[in-house]
Amino acid sequence: MTAAALSLLRAAPRDPAWRGRVTWALLALLLLWPALVLTEFKPWVMFEPGTLTSTLKFLGDFFPPKIEAEFLWLVARETWRTVAIATAGMALALLLALPLTLLSVRVLSVSALSGRMALLPATLRQLVRWLLILLRSVPELIWALVFVRVVGLGPTAGVLAIALTYSGMLGKVYGEILESGDSHATASLLRNGSGRLQAFFYGLLPQNAAELTSYSVYRWECAIRSSAVLGFVGAGGLGQQMDASMKMFNGSEVSTMLLVFMGLVWLADLASAWLRKSLG
Amino acid sequence: MKISLTGVSARHPAAQRGAKDSLRGLSLAVAAGEQIAVIGPSGAGKTTLLHVLGCALPPSTGNLLLGERDPWKLPRRQLQGLRGELFLAPQVPPLPPRQRVVTAVLAGRLPHIGLWQSLRSLFYPTAIAEADAALARFDLSDKLFARVDRLSGGERQRVGLARALVTKASLLLVDEPLSALDPTRGQQAIASLTQAARERGATLVSTLHHVEMALQHFPRIIGLRDGELAFDLPAAQVTPERLQALYAQHLHELTGPAREPLDLPAAPVLPAVMHCR
Repeated sequence: MTAAALSLLRAAPRDPAWRGRVTWALLALLLLWPALVLTEFKPWVMFEPGTLTSTLKFLGDFFPPKIEAEFLWLVARETWRTVAIATAGMALALLLALPLTLLSVRVLSVSALSGRMALLPATLRQLVRWLLILLRSVPELIWALVFVRVVGLGPTAGVLAIALTYSGMLGKVYGEILESGDSHATASLLRNGSGRLQAFFYGLLPQNAAELTSYSVYRWECAIRSSAVLGFVGAGGLGQQMDASMKMFNGSEVSTMLLVFMGLVWLADLASAWLRKSLG
Repeated sequence: MKISLTGVSARHPAAQRGAKDSLRGLSLAVAAGEQIAVIGPSGAGKTTLLHVLGCALPPSTGNLLLGERDPWKLPRRQLQGLRGELFLAPQVPPLPPRQRVVTAVLAGRLPHIGLWQSLRSLFYPTAIAEADAALARFDLSDKLFARVDRLSGGERQRVGLARALVTKASLLLVDEPLSALDPTRGQQAIASLTQAARERGATLVSTLHHVEMALQHFPRIIGLRDGELAFDLPAAQVTPERLQALYAQHLHELTGPAREPLDLPAAPVLPAVMHCR
């Protein structure tokens, strides 16, 4: 190799992004530390002999799961009730979320087609967004506690609690999905004089249908889980049974019900995969 | 529809501050039923002109009259009604990938039918024959019930043009209708488009990269350069010298039009992404 060619081979240049990455990573760790202290995160307590034996004893009760016919019948009935709470809650949440989503998405604004959105629609959209925040910022557990006092113990409280919180979440995420997708089809429909709802059904919805479906099924799965938690405050379903069994320290009953939960989540996963495939 | 532009300048709302307007001081009069091709090098303002005519972009100065109306002085509802009388076909066909061709074509009728009929048409298309006839003009009848994402790029572009034929618009604004078509298909497509516009007496304004096609199929040619009117002449008077001047420094676009690869294969269908939020 000649001297000229060698001089072209300079030392490999340093990655300019490196320093920034290290700084941000260190900063994140530094911020994490107070959080760990604040939450009294002491995982080693789990392995002290005293706690270990009591934990193992509790977990030991889980085996074998209880499979008496009478108990299984009860679990089946409560499972059905849980699914019903989740489904009814989701259906109500959808009823509330869909109009709010349509009101809040910017892609369906006619005035924003040519420049900035007009003041009135912009204000309306902001108000709807705040309403969605309000709906989802109260956890469903709190709503359930409120409704248990209003409509009494039972599944109705669970349904209402899920409907309110989930409508806020669905409305927000639906809006995000609709706004992050390609808006070309929708915008050109609006530009050619279609109405907003027409543009939604012929442009925005087919563009994003698969994402919306898969998110809805995932939320339905979350609703099943959350209806279990709501059962602990007396909103019916498997959760209420589980609460009772826990209080009796009946591990074998709890483990049967946990297995049922795994089955439900697995089923929801299957349904989501199948729906996405058929829409894909 | 009659059009009149007086001293219109326009710029894209997302354009950089201080950038030159992409359309400057343009004046133009178009009689109802005329057919016009807009030519010029890339960046000359052809698409901006179509957007201004299609009420997609308000002129920053100057005046636009469609028929006898100034669209930007109308209340928003009436402006949207006026937009229903225009049809603006963008260069990239605006078709949702999972939609069927028949639905995509019939979406052109939306401004002319009510919400209920458009919903019913989603369950069972209410004007299959109409969509079929429009597709047949572009040699696509066999794709009537195919899904858009199963089509090639050229087929998609022709579906986008077929949509223009089912509208009742009296002004058709078509942006680069041939960018993904091979020459034979291009000839056929532009012939179908001009014929359809003639049949219903609609005004047709189309931008074209393909100068030859423009001269062959359109009686009136508008040359744009740097956002300004270079010439506005009957096709017979557009001489090679004028074209040379119009495309100076962009001569490669005149000799071999800049175009996307021909008939792209249908994009592979990707499964929907799961959002975990």
